[in-house]
Amino acid sequence: MPEATPGDSRNGVQIDLISGARMEGLTSMEKIRLILDGVREGNIVVLEEGLAPEEESKLIEVTMTEISPDEFNGIEIETYPQSGGSSQGILGRIMGKESTKKLTVIGPANQIETLHKDENLISALVSRK
Amino acid sequence: MWYLHTPSTTRYREAREARMGLFTDLRDSISRAVDRMFSDAEPKRIGIYGPPNAGKTTLANRIARDWTGDAVGPESHIPHETRRARRKENVEIERNGKSVSIDIVDTPGVTTKVDYKEFLEHDMEKDDAVRRSREATEGVAEAMHWLREDVDGVIYVLDSSEDPFTQVNTMLIGIIESQDLPVLIFANKTDLEDSNVQRIANAFPQHETVPLSALEGNNMDEVYGKIAEYFG
Repeated sequence: MPEATPGDSRNGVQIDLISGARMEGLTSMEKIRLILDGVREGNIVVLEEGLAPEEESKLIEVTMTEISPDEFNGIEIETYPQSGGSSQGILGRIMGKESTKKLTVIGPANQIETLHKDENLISALVSRK
Repeated sequence: MWYLHTPSTTRYREAREARMGLFTDLRDSISRAVDRMFSDAEPKRIGIYGPPNAGKTTLANRIARDWTGDAVGPESHIPHETRRARRKENVEIERNGKSVSIDIVDTPGVTTKVDYKEFLEHDMEKDDAVRRSREATEGVAEAMHWLREDVDGVIYVLDSSEDPFTQVNTMLIGIIESQDLPVLIFANKTDLEDSNVQRIANAFPQHETVPLSALEGNNMDEVYGKIAEYFG
């Protein structure tokens, strides 16, 4: 596959696939910045291992503070639904058995639309700016 | 025996006093935490959460009117009518001879996106729509902050005529679970023809789902029974 330059993204949609290893050493705010900086440039960000619930909460909060009329409407975010929820409960979390790892797709709300989602499939329509 | 107040003995005394102060602060802080954990007198703060237009304020008003005679805030079919968290303190709910005191916190509907153009469809001028969207974003951020810092339990309200399998619902329930907060799911708007309570129960089988119509006041006996059971 030929390598594209950043300028080529004007002709298409840039997709950033971020590995769990890349996110591992970052603080919560660094992760949120990495995601939102990409999304605000019109990129689709795919996280191999997603975010912890606390980080998702902060992502919503920071997204809200950055929404600006006619510039940025917020984000669309999708993860596979976790079947059965956190049935492991507090004991599972204390024992470190519960995994929060889940593939997560995040994009600008005005460019990405979820067509279908179930436990095994996320289907999304991405349009250019 | 006489002690000379040399600079070193003064420093020693100051250090000892500082340690004592630190110890007293620590003891007070532990004591406050223990008091909070075991005090029955402190009303629990119950946050009413959910997506926009689920009927959160209608429910908050129903509960407040039934037990205090006052309302919490204005209701509307336009999304993001509630743009500030509103607290109604000391709502005494009596069930089975027991009295439960809670503070109700009605929160703005949580979303990951707000577009002012959505409000233009509700016959709003652009300036008003932009202002409303700005207030709505502040309200959502505030609601998330309350959830992380300031509530002791959650009533999660869903419109039972809508699909519950949305990302916002999944994320919020996950966030609530990660905080180990007690949560009740209320399947609201059972008066609507398309209402499907079972769909909500299937979406979140790990939590108890209570059907109701806050608007019509249907099934409120069970609602109050569950509130007393979970948050009393």
